[in-house]
Amino acid sequence: MDGYTPAMRESIKKVEATRPARLRETWPMMTPAEKQEILQRFHPDYKPEGMRALKVGPGKGMRTPHELADLLEAHSLLRQEELDLENIDYDTDVLIIGAGGAGSAAALLARQEGAKVLMVTKLRHGDANTMMAQGGIQAADKATDSPTHHYLDVMGGGHFTNDPDLVEALVRDAPEVIAWLEGLGCMFDKEPDGTLITIHGGGTSRMRMHSARDYSGAEIMRTLRDEVRSYPEDITVIEFAPAVELIMDDRGQVAGAVLLNLETGEHCVVRAKATIIATGGSGRLHYQDFATTNHYGATADGVVLAYRVGADVSFLDTMQYHPTGAAHPTQIVGLLVTEKVRGLGAQVCNIDGNQFVYPRETRDVEASAIIRECVEREKGVVTPSGFTGTWLDSPMIDLIHGPGTIQKELPAMVRQFARFGVDIIRDPMLIYPTLHYQNGGVTLKPDGSTSVPNLFGAGEISGGVHGRNRLMGNSLLEVTVYGRRAGRAAGRRAREVTLGTLTLSHVERWEKEIAEAGIETDVSSPLILPDYTRHGR
Amino acid sequence: MTEAEMVPIYIMGKRYTVPGALTIMGALEYAGYKLIRGVGCRAAFCGACATVYRIEDDPKLYVGLACGTQVQPGMHLTQIPFYPAERAQYRLDELEPTFATLVKLYPQVLKCLGCGTCTKSCPQDLQVKDYMAAAMRGDIARLADLSFDCIMCGMCVSRCPAEEAQPNIAILGRRLYGRYLAPKAQHLAERVAEIEQGEYDDELAQMKALPEAELRQRYNTRDIEPE
Ligand SMILES: Cc1cc2nc3c(=O)[nH]c(=O)nc-3n(C[C@H](O)[C@H](O)[C@H](O)COP(=O)(O)OP(=O)(O)OC[C@H]3O[C@@H](n4cnc5c(N)ncnc54)[C@H](O)[C@@H]3O)c2cc1C
Ligand code: FES
Repeated sequence: MDGYTPAMRESIKKVEATRPARLRETWPMMTPAEKQEILQRFHPDYKPEGMRALKVGPGKGMRTPHELADLLEAHSLLRQEELDLENIDYDTDVLIIGAGGAGSAAALLARQEGAKVLMVTKLRHGDANTMMAQGGIQAADKATDSPTHHYLDVMGGGHFTNDPDLVEALVRDAPEVIAWLEGLGCMFDKEPDGTLITIHGGGTSRMRMHSARDYSGAEIMRTLRDEVRSYPEDITVIEFAPAVELIMDDRGQVAGAVLLNLETGEHCVVRAKATIIATGGSGRLHYQDFATTNHYGATADGVVLAYRVGADVSFLDTMQYHPTGAAHPTQIVGLLVTEKVRGLGAQVCNIDGNQFVYPRETRDVEASAIIRECVEREKGVVTPSGFTGTWLDSPMIDLIHGPGTIQKELPAMVRQFARFGVDIIRDPMLIYPTLHYQNGGVTLKPDGSTSVPNLFGAGEISGGVHGRNRLMGNSLLEVTVYGRRAGRAAGRRAREVTLGTLTLSHVERWEKEIAEAGIETDVSSPLILPDYTRHGR
Repeated sequence: MTEAEMVPIYIMGKRYTVPGALTIMGALEYAGYKLIRGVGCRAAFCGACATVYRIEDDPKLYVGLACGTQVQPGMHLTQIPFYPAERAQYRLDELEPTFATLVKLYPQVLKCLGCGTCTKSCPQDLQVKDYMAAAMRGDIARLADLSFDCIMCGMCVSRCPAEEAQPNIAILGRRLYGRYLAPKAQHLAERVAEIEQGEYDDELAQMKALPEAELRQRYNTRDIEPE
C-alpha cells in the first residue's frame, strides 16, 4: 500500500532532487524583527477574532480563546445537585486531581512527607499527555552547559514574559530531577560510558534534550506509575473519577473536591487537608478548529475548577501550536510529529522541495512560517482529504547520522506512519501546525502553591513558567520539577492545617456573579470529555 | 477504496455503516458511542484501546489498537479495555537486578511455553516471546531492550495460555536495568552536587537581575553549540 497519491509523489521527487544540495545548506534564522512580523501576521494567538475578554472571575478582562472562555463563564455541574457534604466518602491528607506525570510525581513526594494520598483521575492512571511526549526533557547537566544558559533560553523562548523565580526553580532542579528519574529506573538514552545522550531542541543554545528513544514521556510516565503502585498503603488511585468541583471550608481554604464516577454517574465527596490540581492541558477544546496532539481528557477542567474558587490565572491568551502535526494520512491528522525529527537534522520544505525556514526556530515562529507557506504563498501540498501541509524531510536523518538511525531513534514515528502506508525512512512526512500545549493557566509560586490557601498546582495547568511560549522539553521538566515541589509543599501543609466546615457556597456565589455580569449561557463545566459522536474525528 | 467510501462493520455483533477511512476508534464514535473506557491518548501511546477483531470469511482473530487501525469492510470487533494482569508488589530500591528477583516476584516466568501467541497478539509488533525468553535466562538487559516500546495494552496477557503478565514483567526488567545495570551518568551526579553547593548561585542571581533590554541582548547574541 502506498500512502501517497501520484500528485504527492511528484512533489516528493522534487524534495529528493533538492536533498543533496540541502544537506549542505543552512537556512538563516530570522531576525527578531522578522520573527515579530511573522507572528503577528500568521500565529493563531494573534487573531483578534479567536478570543474575547473574560467578563467574570479572577481573570476578568483577560483575553482567552472563545472555547475556553465559554467554559470559564459557565454554570457549575452541581448547580442542580443536592449534595450532603457531611457525608464524606474519602478523608485524606493530600488530594491529587489528575494522574498524569505531574500528579504522579506529586503523589510520591507528598508520601515522602508522610502524607496519605488520594489521587483521582478521569481516565486510567497514565492516560495523559505525559504518556505521549516523544521528544525529550531538558536539563543542563553537560560541561558545555549550565543552569544559567538554560535560564536564558527559557526566558528568550517565552519572549521575556516568564516569571523569573519560576524559571530559576525549573532550571535549578532540572539535573536533580533527571537523577531522580534515573534512580527510579528510567532508561534514558546513554553512551556506553553512561554519558547521557543530548541533542538540540527548538530554541536551545546547548544540546540538553534528554530522551528515551521517542517514548520519552511514556518512559517517564510508566516509571512514575509503577513507583506509585509500589506504595498502595499510602497512595490510593481512583480511575474514571474526575473532579467536577472543588470544596472549600468556612475559612476560605480549599478542602477537597466532589468527584463524579463516570461509570455509575454517582458523586462522591473527598475531604482533603491539601489539594493539588494536576489535570494538564486543553487541546481537546480544538481552539480555532485546530486538530490536536493531546489525549482525550485534555479539556481544561482544572483551570475551570481553580477559577471558580478564585485562583489567579495567567497567559490564558497563548496556546502552543506545534509546527509539525501530521497532515496526512487522514487517520493521523493532527497527531504529533516529534520535534526530535528536526533535532536530528530533517529540514522543512515546500511543494517544490525548497526550504523556507530554519528548522529549529522557536515553535511559534516555526509554525507561523509553515502557515504562511501554505496560506499566503500557496506552496503547500494538498491531501486527498483536503488538508494542506509542507514536507518534513525525514530521510535526511539516515544520510546525516548513518543508516538505521531513524528506526533506532524514532520507532514510534516509524510505526505511526507505517500503520497507514507511509515509510518515513524512505519518504518525507507531510506536516501542518497542530494545537499542542496550553502555555498559561493557574498562576503558581515556586513551591507549587496558588493564590488560594490549600490549593496547589503542577504541570501543564500552570501559568508563568513558560511565559508566552514554552520550549520543547521544558514541560516534561516542569511536570516533574513542579509535581515534586507541589507534592512536597502539600504534604507539609497537610501536617499543619486545620479544616473548618465544608461548603460549596462559592458555587452559589459564582452563579450569582455570572448572572450579575449578564452572562446568559447553557454551558455547564468542566467539560470532562469532548463529544465526538457522529463526527469521526 | 476512496476516502469517502462507506463500509459495513460489526461492533459487538451489531452492524453499522461507517466511512472506510476511519480508525476503529473514529468508527465507534461515528456510530454514536461516547467513549469512556477504551480510549486515552488516541495516538498509540497509552494502550487503552486494545481491540480484537475478525474479518468476515476469515476465521483468524486479529488484534489492534482502535486508535491505530483502519476499519475494513466486514470487520467484527470488540474492545478489551481492561485485563486483570497480575502485578507483583515490590520496592525497586530493595531489589537486586538478578534472575532470582524476577523469579521470586513472577514465579510463572518459568512456566512460559514459548508458544509465541504473545508475539502474534502484540499491536506494537514486539518480539514478546523473545523478551520472555530473555527473562527466563535472567538476561535483564535484553528483556529491557526488547520490551522498550511496550505500551502495556494487555493483549498478550489476554491470549497467553500460561497466564503470564508480560507487560508487568517487562517493566520490572526495564526498571531494574535503568536503576542498576545501565552505566551511571557521572556528569549528572557532578552537576547535581555543584548546584547543591551553590556554584551557580551568583551567576544565576546576576542573570536574573539584568534589565530586560540587556537580557534580550544576551539572548539574541548567545552562541549556539554546534552539533
Ligand atoms: C503528543 C505530545 C507530545 C509532547 N512532547 C513533549 C516533549 O517531547 N517534551 C516535553 O517536555 N513536553 C512534551 N509534551 C508536553 C507534555 O507532555 C505535557 O505538557 C505534560 O506531560 C503535561 O503533564 P501533566 O501531568 O500536567 O498533564 P497530563 O499528563 O495530561 O495529566 C493530566 C491528567 O489529569 C487527568 N484529568 C483531566 N481532567 C481531570 C479531572 N477533572 N479530574 C481528574 N483528572 C483529570 C487527565 O485525564 C490526565 O490523566 C507533549 C505533549 C503531547 C500531547
Ligand atoms: S488510545 Fe492510547 S493507544 Fe489507543
